[in-house]
Amino acid sequence: MHTCLSPCADIWNTPKRLIEKAREQGIHIIGISDHNAAENVAPALRYAEKYGSGEITVIPGMEITTAEEIHILGLFGDLEQVLEMQSFVYARLSGKNEPEVFGEQIIVNEDEEVLGFNEHLLSGAISASLEEVIERIHSLGGVAIAAHVDRPSFSVISQLGFIPESARFDAVELSSSITLKEARRRFPEIARYSVISSSDAHYLHWIGNATTEFLLAQPGLDEIVLALKQKDGRRILME
Amino acid sequence: MGTIVLKEIVDNLGLEVKTCAEKLETTKVSGGYVSDLMSDVIANSKEGDLWVTIQAHQNIVAIATLRELSGVIIANGKQPESETLEHATQENVPILLSNLTSFEVVGRLYQMGLRSS
Ligand SMILES: [Zn+2]
Ligand SMILES: [Zn+2]
Repeated sequence: MHTCLSPCADIWNTPKRLIEKAREQGIHIIGISDHNAAENVAPALRYAEKYGSGEITVIPGMEITTAEEIHILGLFGDLEQVLEMQSFVYARLSGKNEPEVFGEQIIVNEDEEVLGFNEHLLSGAISASLEEVIERIHSLGGVAIAAHVDRPSFSVISQLGFIPESARFDAVELSSSITLKEARRRFPEIARYSVISSSDAHYLHWIGNATTEFLLAQPGLDEIVLALKQKDGRRILME
Repeated sequence: MGTIVLKEIVDNLGLEVKTCAEKLETTKVSGGYVSDLMSDVIANSKEGDLWVTIQAHQNIVAIATLRELSGVIIANGKQPESETLEHATQENVPILLSNLTSFEVVGRLYQMGLRSS
C-alpha cells in the first residue's frame, strides 16, 4: 500500500493510519510500497513495534517505475535493503515534483508529524530497464513482483505486451478489480508464476479490497518467499 | 498509396540501420503504426506495417515478429538495448533509429504516401 509520500495517494495515508486500518480489517502483514521512494517505511516499522510481532508485520518495500514505465513491486527483508534500493532509484530519477500538479510527497514520523517533503519527481520513471531493476532488487536480497498485471497502464503486460522470459519475477500481482479465475483466463501466461492479490491502497478505505492469504510458520518476508516457491509446506491459500 | 520499399524510407528519413541492412531493398512496407504500448501494437497493428515507437526493450522484436511487421523505427534518439539488437538479428527484424521525434517521423512517412493499412 501507499503512504502520503506517494503523490497520487491520499494525504491521510499516514503509516499510523494504514496500520490501524489494516488491523481493523484483520490483516496481519502489510507491505509499504511508495512510488520510487521509501522514506515512510521507517515510521511504519516503528509504529508497528507497538504491537506484538504476530499482530501486525510491516514489509519494507517500494513500487519502482522502470524505463519502460512498468511498475515493479520490490519487497525487502529490512529497512537497510529498501534504503539501498532507494539510493539506486534516486541516482536514476530526474526531475523535481510539482505538488500542485502531481500531489504532495509528505515524509512523516510514526506520530503523523510532518518531517518534510520529498522533492524528487516520484511519479517519473527511472533510467534503468525492467531487467536491471529486478536484478538490483535480487542482489539486495529482495523479492520482485510484477505489479497489477491486469491493469491497462504501468503493468508489464500493458507496456511490453507479454512478460519477457528475461524478467525474473518472483510473483505477479493482481489488482482488486479482477478475480484469479478471470486473470488466468485473460492472461494465461501468469500460470508460470505465483500470484498474489493486493489492494494497492492509495486511500484508507481501499485497504482490504484485495488481500492474499498465506500459510506461514510466522509472519515475515523470508516465510513469504517460501510460500511463493511452495516450499516446506508454506503456500498461498487462494480460492 | 501503394507499398514502399524500406530502403527508400531509410534514405528519405536518414535512418540509422542497426539490423538487417541486407534486406532493406526487398522489404515492402504496406502501412504504418505508431504506439509505445505494446499491448496496443499487438491488438491493432497490421502485417507489413512499419512501427514507430520510443520503446527499446527486446519485446519489440517479439511483437514485430508476431505481427509480421516490416520493421521498427525507434524514434527520439533512444538507443536499443543490446539484447534487442541480438534478437532482431536472429529474427530478421529491421531496427532503424532516428533522432527525430515520433511526430516528425510519422509526418514524413505520411508525406511519402504511407498510410495506416
Ligand atoms: Zn500511485
Ligand atoms: Zn502501480
